[in-house]
Amino acid sequence: MIKTGAEILCECLIKEGVEVIFGFPGGVLLPLYDTIPRYPQLRHILVRHEQGAAHAADAYARVTGKMGVCLATSGPGATNLVTGIANAYLDSVPLLAITGQVPTHFIGKDAFQEIDITGITVPITKYNQLVLDINDLAKAVREASYVAQVGRPGPVLLDIPRDVFQARIEFNYSDKVDLPGFKPKLFGHPAQIKKAADLVNSAERPVIIAGHGINISKAFPELKELAENAQIPVVTTFLGIGCFHESHVLSYGWLGMHGMGYANKAVHNADLLLAVGMRFDDRATGGVSTFAPHARVVHIDVDAAEIGKNIAVDVPIVGDLRNVLQVLNKQIERREHIGWLSQLDEWRSQHPAMEIRHHEDILPQYIIRQIHEATRGDTIIVTGVGQAQMWAAQYFYYDRPNSFVSSGGLGTMGFELPGAIGAKVGCPQETVWCIAGDGGFQMTVQELATMVQEDLDINIAVFNNGWLGMVRQWQELIYNKRYFGTQLYNPDFVKIAEAYGIKGVKVSKKIDVRPAIHKAMEHKGPFLIEFIVEPEENVYPFVPPGKTIVEFLEMPNPAASVKK
Amino acid sequence: MDRKHILVALVQDRPGVLNRIASMLRRRNFNIESIAVGHIEQPGLSRMTIVVEGDDANIEQVRKQLDKVIEVIRIADITGESPVAREMAMIKVKATPSTRSEIIQIVDIFRANIVDVAPDSLILVVTGTSDKVDTLIELLRGFGIREMSRTGTIALPRGGPGPLTIEENKPLRHVVEQAAPEEENLPDW
Repeated sequence: MIKTGAEILCECLIKEGVEVIFGFPGGVLLPLYDTIPRYPQLRHILVRHEQGAAHAADAYARVTGKMGVCLATSGPGATNLVTGIANAYLDSVPLLAITGQVPTHFIGKDAFQEIDITGITVPITKYNQLVLDINDLAKAVREASYVAQVGRPGPVLLDIPRDVFQARIEFNYSDKVDLPGFKPKLFGHPAQIKKAADLVNSAERPVIIAGHGINISKAFPELKELAENAQIPVVTTFLGIGCFHESHVLSYGWLGMHGMGYANKAVHNADLLLAVGMRFDDRATGGVSTFAPHARVVHIDVDAAEIGKNIAVDVPIVGDLRNVLQVLNKQIERREHIGWLSQLDEWRSQHPAMEIRHHEDILPQYIIRQIHEATRGDTIIVTGVGQAQMWAAQYFYYDRPNSFVSSGGLGTMGFELPGAIGAKVGCPQETVWCIAGDGGFQMTVQELATMVQEDLDINIAVFNNGWLGMVRQWQELIYNKRYFGTQLYNPDFVKIAEAYGIKGVKVSKKIDVRPAIHKAMEHKGPFLIEFIVEPEENVYPFVPPGKTIVEFLEMPNPAASVKK
Repeated sequence: MDRKHILVALVQDRPGVLNRIASMLRRRNFNIESIAVGHIEQPGLSRMTIVVEGDDANIEQVRKQLDKVIEVIRIADITGESPVAREMAMIKVKATPSTRSEIIQIVDIFRANIVDVAPDSLILVVTGTSDKVDTLIELLRGFGIREMSRTGTIALPRGGPGPLTIEENKPLRHVVEQAAPEEENLPDW
């Protein structure tokens, strides 16, 4: 059949299992936008800013495990995707970004809305390609989708000139991939796995650090089996939250700068670290030279370049976690580790980070805990970046994989609203809570219109403390309270919601918190709650930058704490 | 301890490959001494020789990061295999009737070639190790170098098949799609 480039693109996306495209049109995309309606299998969601398209596709991919797709026009459309692509790159999210480009004969002429987006995105994509010939288009889509999802996932970008959308060829689909340079190693080396098993079987104080890789590889049962059989405590990374039931007896929270004190102590005192699907990010390790000084390290990851990058490793294993853990589990002996686990429990009782102190006004932590109670933990939490993000990670108990969606590596404020859209579109049956700070919320606030247009039942909690809270906290603790550039003049968030046609309430009394949360959940369609919270609340524990992870600051005046 | 390493890579001839590799080296703050690229005997493929300075752990990071670039089919650090490594320089040096014969003597000692003679200058071409080229340049500096151009290092390991040798009827890259048997001698990762 003779087909146009636009038709070929749509048909190839359908072959790749794509159901949703988050996009924003523009001049060079017109031939494609004239074609998409003829493929009702492809649901197009019109965002209000291309960054929102990338974040929504990113969150969609995280909650569904499928590749997310975003679409933007040439020039500013393409550059607006950059933050979202970088976000997906640092968090290993399979994202296909498609950008329109000026017609091939204009390329290199600084034409209207021409920008070298493949050049710009080289450092933040796993792979990208400018498709200059319609004969290469189908192959390019196939290869890009394959690269995005196989091995360590990541974003890919296809830049397609307008005349390629319009050209016609006789089209025969082929699912062949010809990428001799792309051969991810999916199975671990048996001798290395044996060495790891020997270390696990002889360790006295082992700790598993489980990262985002467990979610990506869906190695949940294998991780559970490993932890339970050898009775190894599990600490997750920030993005690993939810990959191991936080209510499990062997769960000891998550580590790092704002991680639980007992998690950091467990890692610091371990004699063996089993690092699975994580990359020893500096927010997790604190000062690298003093990180886990007594531990031998087994590092399992699908990306060979992660091994030995930040931390010296004793046993490197490169492979898909599921495959590696299945082999490893067969060689693990049953152990007890009673002394070690009781030591951890003692630390947990000494550093009860997750207690909420009594306070007249609304503490942000209290809101998170109330959302947990109201939803019974059965919801997807999507956060922005900063204090609200940390509280959402600390005070909610995540018992389901991928129920915590957050920008970890890039730390992108503004991820929350479009992220919630992507999560809701990906999992329409789930309750979705968007946890926003008053700073990040306004970075992508225009996506409220997308929510209304698509009638997405999303609950939005805006924590209004009048500050860019996390930066204010650092100014308070490290820069001797020299506050600058952090105090916010805020609009009336409820009125903003109303202007978009979204119902909302403002909550400034503690007694109104629970009813508001229930009201939001009972309401069909988007609902916004503006919480006026204690303005100078800090996130604790806090490991000051560069310090060892056990040198954490805790909430001052613990005597005022009450058990909740 | 920092020292020079020679990495060689077999890459697909696709647009932007050099950009991708240079971008990776720059982004990760690796210290490039030189990059040389050229076609090889097989169509569609090129070979790159990259000289980088760093300690062993650093260079292993370079190797692994470059191996992730999709167009890189194979990459190896051949420093330890005492490879034959050469570079080339063209030097235009001032030559007066009184200095010309002295320059020609030096050229002979270094087995360089004079490829152009003008009334007041010579162009000579030298190939050799980096050190040899450096030494010649130092010697000629006194006569006055008008301009010069120097290539990056290219290198081949000595003897039998090297890490980048393409064998007939074999895939370009070892495919690890299933678990290897225990006894098989594979690299550590």
